[in-house]
Amino acid sequence: MKRISIDPITRLEGHGKIEIFLNDDGDVVNTYFQVPELRGFEQFCVGRLAEEMPVITNRICGVCPEAHHIASVKALDKLFGVTPPDAAKKIRELLYMAFFVTDHTTHFYALGGPDFIVGPDAPPSERNILGVINKVGLDAAKKVINCRARNHHVLEMVGGRGIHLPAGVPGGWSKSINEKERAEIAAIARENIDFALFSLKAFDDIVLKNPAYLDIITSDIYVHNTYYMGLVDDKNRVNFYDGMVRVVDPEGKEFVKYHPSDYVSHIAERVEEWSYLKYPYLKAVGWKGFVDGIDSGIYAASPLSRLNVSDSMPTAKAQEHFERMYETLGSKKVNGRYQPIHHRLVTHWARLIELLYASERMLELATDPEITSPNVRVIPERIVGKGIGCVEAPRGTLTHHYESDDRGVLTMVNMIVGTTNNYAPMTLSIKRAAEKLITKGKIIEQGLLNKIEMAFRLYDPCLSCATHSLPGQMPLIVNIRNADGEVIRTFSR
Amino acid sequence: MSVKPKLSMYWASACGGCEISLVNINEKILDVAANFDFYFCPCLLDTKKKDIEVLKDDEIAITFFNGAIRTEENEEMAHLMRKKSKLLIAFGSCSYEGCIPGLSNLHTKAAHFDSIYLNNPSVDNPLGIVPKPETTVPEGVLTIPAFYERVKTLSQVVSVDYSIPGCPPEPKQIWNVIEALIEGKALPPKGSILGAGNSTVCIECERKKEDKKISRFYRTYEIIPDTETCLLEQGLICMGIATSDGCGALCPKVNMPCTGCYGPPAGVLDQGAKMVAALGSIIDIGEKKGLSEDELVRRADHIIDSIPDYSGTFYKYSLAGSILGGSRKA
Ligand code: SF4
Ligand code: SF4
Ligand code: SF4
Repeated sequence: MKRISIDPITRLEGHGKIEIFLNDDGDVVNTYFQVPELRGFEQFCVGRLAEEMPVITNRICGVCPEAHHIASVKALDKLFGVTPPDAAKKIRELLYMAFFVTDHTTHFYALGGPDFIVGPDAPPSERNILGVINKVGLDAAKKVINCRARNHHVLEMVGGRGIHLPAGVPGGWSKSINEKERAEIAAIARENIDFALFSLKAFDDIVLKNPAYLDIITSDIYVHNTYYMGLVDDKNRVNFYDGMVRVVDPEGKEFVKYHPSDYVSHIAERVEEWSYLKYPYLKAVGWKGFVDGIDSGIYAASPLSRLNVSDSMPTAKAQEHFERMYETLGSKKVNGRYQPIHHRLVTHWARLIELLYASERMLELATDPEITSPNVRVIPERIVGKGIGCVEAPRGTLTHHYESDDRGVLTMVNMIVGTTNNYAPMTLSIKRAAEKLITKGKIIEQGLLNKIEMAFRLYDPCLSCATHSLPGQMPLIVNIRNADGEVIRTFSR
Repeated sequence: MSVKPKLSMYWASACGGCEISLVNINEKILDVAANFDFYFCPCLLDTKKKDIEVLKDDEIAITFFNGAIRTEENEEMAHLMRKKSKLLIAFGSCSYEGCIPGLSNLHTKAAHFDSIYLNNPSVDNPLGIVPKPETTVPEGVLTIPAFYERVKTLSQVVSVDYSIPGCPPEPKQIWNVIEALIEGKALPPKGSILGAGNSTVCIECERKKEDKKISRFYRTYEIIPDTETCLLEQGLICMGIATSDGCGALCPKVNMPCTGCYGPPAGVLDQGAKMVAALGSIIDIGEKKGLSEDELVRRADHIIDSIPDYSGTFYKYSLAGSILGGSRKA
């Protein structure tokens, strides 16, 4: 077979790289999902003033700076041994809900959704935001633009800027909310609830009512029996801002529930020579390679994972949709909670249920009388020297861990970010798709790229977070190599 | 065939905030599409590098280049975009001055690998594995691009026509620049800054400014500043006096000091040096009469010493592009 050498320059396009190796019979023996970017925040944050971290770590990702900002201020509360006033906690959570609404909206309509809304077999040229507009109509598209705009307005009003906000401080928030702002935010939250319900209806009409789509959702290409992770409140309900980290096993049993500050007792990260991104896994189960099942320490942390670890949703409308999702997909209740759904494409549905929850929670907070309290800061009186902060980022559990000297100058920084949690599940999904689509040397060309993309896009991978590098729609290169390691085919987009 | 001029936006080592900020011009994005052939933008479009390579030199009218130069790939792409673009504009702090990731230049590559892959609380790496450009696996050879020793700005690798400051540039400033380009307004001399003012953030800041005299600095966690007086006068290190205007003084509006993301003001080469000079003139070391020079220096040092991280404070966004450039050489 003729050797096709890869010009190193082609790598310039790709910030995710997949290598698929075939044996002599033309069957897949192995696949590698490489991440070729690194920026190095854990190192260059050393020597910085601890209180600067909410502004510094914003720059890890321009798509989800709010997640880093909030995880960071929570770590600082601990590092400075201070408890923020209730009003400050509520303001932070309120801002965070507005952020979740914009972020989940962007993903559903512009990034992951197109594969799904326009259809996995549609040509790539239609599987984009324009194809979505064709399918859902221009009115819907305007709703999407307005949703993003009004929530970015909230982010600027409460956080100081639309992107890379400055308002988080140890012990609270730099700015309180006045009554006029409160009323405006409450109105926006109400619009968000309508928008979330509209989006769930669109999902119903386009996806659930179409048997062909349901087949894809339940297809065995997109099933992985892994552990799941997510933050839960004291009633084991979903919580984006705070709580304990709950992990359930593939059968739905609680495997462990730990305080985020104990993360190192439960999570370990594996380094591979061929990627800049590390592979986290459950320490107590161990790393067993790229396999799923109860004996493999691989876990996922995604919208679907958060629902899978939770007994219920904390708001009424989201709870209705939560039940409907599990019932529709035939999940049975065991010991009072639904069995996990392992069909990964259901993540898109879970994301919309979260969109509804974030909107409902935003309204609760915007109508809480305490939200306009001027008392939003407590001045720390000591430096403890260590702080761990954790939130649910849209793409998974996000942990920031800082240590400092007694002047509050950082000596150690470690972060496990949203997308990184899903590196192993994404690798599994890619491998499975490749195995299903390449047999005896026969390669289903267009389907391969589409289906592989769907396999990882559902995680909404933000490799800017993961590598602290590049974001957005990920250009992708897939190399297929024969038994001698020669490239026999390259796909890219 | 489109006769509209080609516009492109490329990200090197970036966070995506610059793209999101462009999208945040909201409905005006339609005007962009009406006036330009938006040809290349890996974040939003499917055009490939090979589609750039086939273009004639200068065939792209304008390229907004965001992100710093962190890897060999970033640098090669900078050369390609330069060649194919009539106007190459450094867009945002990362490409203009290195931005926060430029603080990486204070450390070696080895130190980065050590703390990321070898020594941190969650890593499990008994064999001491670190990523390598080339790895032999049982099935063949895998490659990833090498990580540079230091971060460079765009103008440190190719010639740049204009720069737009800000991390990210504010949407209204992005629109100002695009509108001027659409209208074909005469542009300032090559090398100028677009999308910013000619003064400092202070000019846009509504806080009351009086005589600035500071006898001690506070770190932001130490005091709750009043909401009306200049933050610097209250002892917080506000970089507003050494930062170009353009953002609308957003951070002081929410009671946080400016950290300098719009870069040095017009005519200033080094933002950190400018800030230190400005501080020098407003530090109040008390009654000077009868004090020896040593004693004066000691008092001034004492005040400045309350800032334990000079580089991160005065060069938070501008280290890679500054005179210092960090401790690492290329
Ligand atoms: S300038 Fe700021 S917003 Fe733009 S890429 Fe760099 S860090 Fe992100
Ligand atoms: S120093 Fe800061 S707070 Fe004072 S006027 Fe300037 S920008 Fe405003
Ligand atoms: S006030 Fe300073 S740090 Fe804040 S946005 Fe403006 S220039 Fe950037």
